[in-house]
Order: sequence, then structure tokens, then C-alpha cells
Amino acid sequence: MRRIGVFVCHCGTNIASTVDVKAVAETLGKEPAVVFATDYPYMCSEAGQNIIKEAIKEHKLEGVVVCSCSPRMHEATFRKAVASAGLNPYMLEVANIREQCSWIHKDKEEGTAKAIVLGRAAIAKVQLNAPLTAGESPVVKRALVIGGGIAGIQTALDIAEAGYPVDIVEKEPTIGGKMTQIDKTFPTLDCSSCILTPKMVECSQNENITIYSYSEVEAVTGFVGNFSVKIRRKKRYVDETKCTGCGICTEKCPVKNVPSAYDLGLKNHRAIYIPFAQAIPNVAVIDADYCNKLTKGKCGICSKFCSAGAINYEQEDQIVEEKYGAIIAATGYNPISLDGYDEYAYSQSKDVVTSLEFERILKADGPTEGHLERLSDGKQPKTIVFVQCVGSRQSADAAHGGCGKEYCSKICCMYTAKHAMYCREKYPDTDVYVFYIDVRTPGKNYDEFYRRAVEQYGVHYIKGMVGKVAPQADGSLMVQASDLLSNEQLHIKADMVVLAAAIEPNKSARPLATMLTASMDTNDFFTEAHAKLRPVESPTAGVFLSGVCQGPKDIPETVSQASAAAAKALGLLAKDKLSCNPCVAHSDEMMCNGCSSCANVCPYGAITYSDKEFRGPNRTTLIRRVASVNAAVCQGCGACTVACPSGAMDLKGFSTSQIMAEVDAICK
Amino acid sequence: MQVNNEFKPKIVAFCCNWCSYAGADLAGTNRANYPADVKIIRVPCSCRVNPIFILRAFQRGADGVILCGCHPGDCHYTTGNYYARRRMTMLFSMLNYLGIEKERTRVEWVSAAEGAKFAETMNEFTETILKLGENKRLEDLRCKKEW
Repeated sequence: MRRIGVFVCHCGTNIASTVDVKAVAETLGKEPAVVFATDYPYMCSEAGQNIIKEAIKEHKLEGVVVCSCSPRMHEATFRKAVASAGLNPYMLEVANIREQCSWIHKDKEEGTAKAIVLGRAAIAKVQLNAPLTAGESPVVKRALVIGGGIAGIQTALDIAEAGYPVDIVEKEPTIGGKMTQIDKTFPTLDCSSCILTPKMVECSQNENITIYSYSEVEAVTGFVGNFSVKIRRKKRYVDETKCTGCGICTEKCPVKNVPSAYDLGLKNHRAIYIPFAQAIPNVAVIDADYCNKLTKGKCGICSKFCSAGAINYEQEDQIVEEKYGAIIAATGYNPISLDGYDEYAYSQSKDVVTSLEFERILKADGPTEGHLERLSDGKQPKTIVFVQCVGSRQSADAAHGGCGKEYCSKICCMYTAKHAMYCREKYPDTDVYVFYIDVRTPGKNYDEFYRRAVEQYGVHYIKGMVGKVAPQADGSLMVQASDLLSNEQLHIKADMVVLAAAIEPNKSARPLATMLTASMDTNDFFTEAHAKLRPVESPTAGVFLSGVCQGPKDIPETVSQASAAAAKALGLLAKDKLSCNPCVAHSDEMMCNGCSSCANVCPYGAITYSDKEFRGPNRTTLIRRVASVNAAVCQGCGACTVACPSGAMDLKGFSTSQIMAEVDAICK
Repeated sequence: MQVNNEFKPKIVAFCCNWCSYAGADLAGTNRANYPADVKIIRVPCSCRVNPIFILRAFQRGADGVILCGCHPGDCHYTTGNYYARRRMTMLFSMLNYLGIEKERTRVEWVSAAEGAKFAETMNEFTETILKLGENKRLEDLRCKKEW
């Protein structure tokens, strides 16, 4: 029997208030193997760790049990402490008596009893722990950024500047993302394109950055430091290496009715197009659904006019395979579909627009060339109503076709203040109303900005919700709303209504998360490794999060997070070797009968077979096929251990006997 | 004296490290509430849980055993929870054949973000076990101290 030490943490009052920590230490101290048991207010503090280290030396401990918070929180801390006292770091078990005990149970007696049982289970397990040493695996010094919006661009630039090669995969024909569509940015009101396009150009010119535009990630295999990624480069029917971006084809193409994705369908372009003037790469792309040559086999005008000979109607999708050490998800967002919000007449009137569409109207390269005009008749609107929280902060019930989001989209209050301010400044005779639930403007210079809209520009902010927008025969829009503060019903005859649609993660994020085995929350935002302390890392090692794919945020926040993700990825890329998880499977050759059951269930192909010589009876030699596990490839899931019919396969750190011992201790 | 005879079920919950164990932690962080009868064993993946562990628990006197893993498609190891699902389907039908109420066992998918679901599941499961009463059929009496 090993000599075990038990250390019970109070976690201030977090544990001590519902678990009698002294009683736990005392009771566990009487367990047969336990030679030392104590409690301390903060076991994770330096003083607490010193108690563990000294006890290991003084009492010649061979195993350590810490009853504290979740092992997901401080297992690594305690392993380090144990190792520095000369004990193998894997001779430690953590009993989770905070998240799974003291925080759950209100009754002190119950909590104490459960903590004792959890402690006993940990003692039983640590008795069977084996000293483990971590192997090493090399790190591929290349990063992949998925998504080429401002988040992806910033992350890629930071990584490239530190001297590591980085690839950007963007599904659209150009990088730039949502920020390219925006006119001005709050709270400084500087021009979005003017601050973004230089960064896009920087990306294209940096020799460490490769841009795969119009491409999507198709498959991801491997693990931290050594991912293998298949990238599908979609056919754009234009040779990227030859196209000079002169744009003649986009003027000569006879098909003029292709709705522009960049302009959210408010404007058309030709079947061959460059999304916008500053696109990077500045290369044309053919929309195969509209192109006459590709749909009917007749035309070919673009190829006749292309002096570079870049048009290739026979182009096929290409698959690029590359290895990466780190992957950064920067998949961004989209406004939600407003199909479920019929009361705002979005589908009935051209003059009811989303905020992003309004942004296009305001921008010089948009459908109205930057003039504030109604899309229906081109007249300048005299009364504009802004509706906040369309789809945000709602229960995700069926009332709106399930489109509603429970969270706050965070950016709407500020961009609406910006829009309202813009209208009043450029067109002072316009009446501007903003209907809101709450105005949320935390952030540097944000509340000042909002107050300027109210005080200096005279925007009418009304606390209340719009119930209905009814298009009238004269082309105006009757807005019915309630003013919650004066408790009045309002009827406003508006010329234009702007809906601040909630934002949701890009639809491509979910399949990507599955490929990366990165977890997501119920809203399809990527989950971070720790909400407070590791906000830019996914729980999946080697995967980092940049921008809105992790949660709603505005541009300044996105850029800060993008740089943080780059810093974290660089920390990984700067290492030559990573220590592997030593909790991997291993096979007992004496028991293995070479049946292949384990190899069939291994998702990593970590198990191989070889013929080995064994001594048989009467000095004979037997040759048997036996399994062996490649420790560098095995990720330690344990699927093989259960599949093995002879019990030869076991998982280090979570061995069959260890888990059984825990079961026994709990059921005692 | 009735209070002392109150049935306190023993419930073992196997939770995968990546989703359900994190979900259980989140339940704690959110100060959710579920009975102290539930004790969690951490495993790397739901596919690490050998049906024998579940039989062992019943043999040692557990009244209910629940296995929690990542949602199908979200397994950290890509396919582990699919194996777990198939193995448990087999085991549960065998237990059913042996006359063990199938409600004593359960597989539930709980993601790292579903702290509330974890607590809810544990409350429901404990409720079910309380209704079923003590597990006597599979318990090995030799494992009991008094024997």
C-alpha cells in the first residue's frame, strides 16, 4: 500500500461554507493508506503548494490527493508542485469538491459526506496510479487562419510579423469580411475602408502570408502542433496567377442581373465580377449560375476581351493539403434572417432595411452612391425610425420562427447611434427616432458618443418596442409603438425603417467546429477554454479563437482578441517540441491475440501490428501477431480498451483497475 | 425513525472530460442544484466506459448509473460517443433481459455549455431511481460489509 497524503482546500469560503473541510481531512486521514492529511484556505497559493511539497518530503509520500476545485482548473498547478518535490507528477489525483460538491449542495452535512466519498475515490485511484513520462512531438511552424475578415487579417498579420508563415482561408472571393461593407466606424467615425484596405494590402504583400480566397476547409486531421488540413479551392473560372484585375471582363459581360453579395442584393453586377474595387486578391470570378457560357454553352465574351488569357471555363476545384502547428478560427458572423419578423414589414417594403443594408446605402460605393435615399422611389426620407434588438435579447421560442436570440448582439446600440447621428448631421431636417429596450454603451468613449447623438444631434430616443410597421398607400410606413416611460401608444409616419437585426455566428462555423473537434455553445459560438482566464483558446489544444466566432464583439474588441489569439498561437509555434499527453493506450503483448478489434475503432490510426517471437513450451518459439500503440499519435480516448476482447489494451492514467477502484469507493 | 430509513440512492455518473465533466463544472459555477447522491467519475471519453464498469457499479450496490458524453458529432475524439452509444444499447438490452429496470441506466449527451441541462438530468435521474427503489437484483451481497 502506498503512502498517501491528502490536502483539503477551503477555497476561501467557496468550499468551506458547505463542506466541513476539517472533518473531511480528519476522516480521510483515518483511511488505511493515508499517512498525512491536512486542510488549508488556499491550496493553489504558493503557501498551499509548499505545504504539499514539504509533506511529500517529510512523510515520504508516494501519492497525493488534493480535494479542491475542478481538475480542469488546477490539476496542472498541483502536478507541477508535486513534480518539484521529486514525485512523479502523475502520482496526483484531484477530488472535485467545489464545482461538483460545495457549489451544488446547500446542506453542509450532505456536502461533507459527499466530499469524503469523492476523496476516498481519489485515494483509491491514486493507489493504482503509475508514474508516467510525457513523450515529445514536433511542432509544424505554420499557422492556418480560417476566415479573412478583420479578425483573421489581424491574427495573420501578427503571426506573419513574428516571422512565421501563415495561410488565410476565406470562402468569399476576397478577404476583408463585413468591415468592407461598413461606411464608418464608431466612436471615431473614421472611414472603415480607409483603415481596413491598407491591412488587406499588407496581407497580400507580406511574404509570410498566403491567401486562399474562394476556398474552404474540407477536412482536418491530426492534433496540436501537427494538423493536416485539406483546403478546397473552389473554381472561379479565372486563373488567379494570370488575372491582372483590369476589370474589362466585368464591363463587357452581357449578363447584368446578378445580385451583388457585397451590396446585400441591393445592386447587381455582371456574371463575371470583382466583388469591389479594393478586393484582395484583385481577381475576377465567374458566377456559374448566371454565366451564359457555363449555363448555355454560348458566349465567351469575357475570354475574348481578357488580354491576359486568364479565363478558363474548364477550371476544376483544387485540393491543397498543408500541415499546420496551430489553427485559428475567425469565421465571424451574419445578421439573422428576418423571415420570422413579419410585423416589421421587411419583406413587404423596400424602405424597411436592416442596419447593414442601411450601411450600404450610406457608403459611397453602395446602391445610392452614399446618398440617403429611399430604395423604393429614390426620395430623401424625412422621418427615419430605428428599431433596436430585432431578434436580440428574445427568448428563442417559436414566436419568431425560432429566429430570436437570447443574447445581446452588443454592437447595435453603438452603430444605431452612429447612423442616427449621421442622418441628423448630413440632413438636419430629418426626424430620427430610435426605439430601444436599453441603451448599452460600455466602452471607451462609447457613452459620450451616444450622449452626443441625443444631446447635440437631437435624436429622439424612445424606450419601448415597435409593435407593427404598416406600409401605407402613399408609400410611407406607419410605425405603431409604445413609449414605456410615458405609457403612451405612438403612431409615427415614417419614410424609412431601419432594423437592428441580431447577429449570429456564420453558418459555416458549426461544420468547422466538428472538423476541429472544438466545442460550441448552444448559440453556435465557439466555447473558450476558460471564460475568464483563457478567452482566446478553444478547449481543443492548438485551436484558437479570433473575433465574433467566440461571441458578439465590435471592431476594437475583435482586433484586440485577434492579436491575443495570434500571441497565443505564437507561443505554440515558438516551441520546437510539445510534450504529449502521457495518458495514452498501451497493449500487453502477452495478452494480445492480434484480433484487430482495437485498430478498427482507433480514430487516429495509432495502432499497428507486428509479428513477434515469444517463448513457447518445450523450448519452442511461437510467432504471434500483436498490437502496439504509437504513443505520439494516440490521443488517449480509450475506445480500444473497451473494444479489446482479451483485456490486453489499457489506458494509462485511466486504467480499468483505476476506474473500477473509483467505482468501488463510491459504491461502498 | 422513518427519517433514518429514508432511501439514499447511490448514483454513479461517468462523464467525459471534454463535454459532460465540463458541463458538470458549469452546473457548479452556475450554482445549480442536484442531489448529493450523484457522484461523478471522470473519464477521457464516453467510449472509455467499459460495460463492465457499469455492471461492477451495480454489483457493488449502485442504484443507478448514468453515462454522459458529448453530443453526437461533437466528440473530442470524433467518434467515441458513437461507440459508447452502441455499446450501451447492447448492455442495456442485456440488463433488461436480466430483469434490471432499464430506467436504472441512461446515456445522456451534455455539452460543456449545458450546465443547466446537467443539473436537470441529474435531478430527473435521481427522481427515477428514488421511484424504482433499491437495486437488489444485481447487488452482490458479499460486497457488503455486514456479510
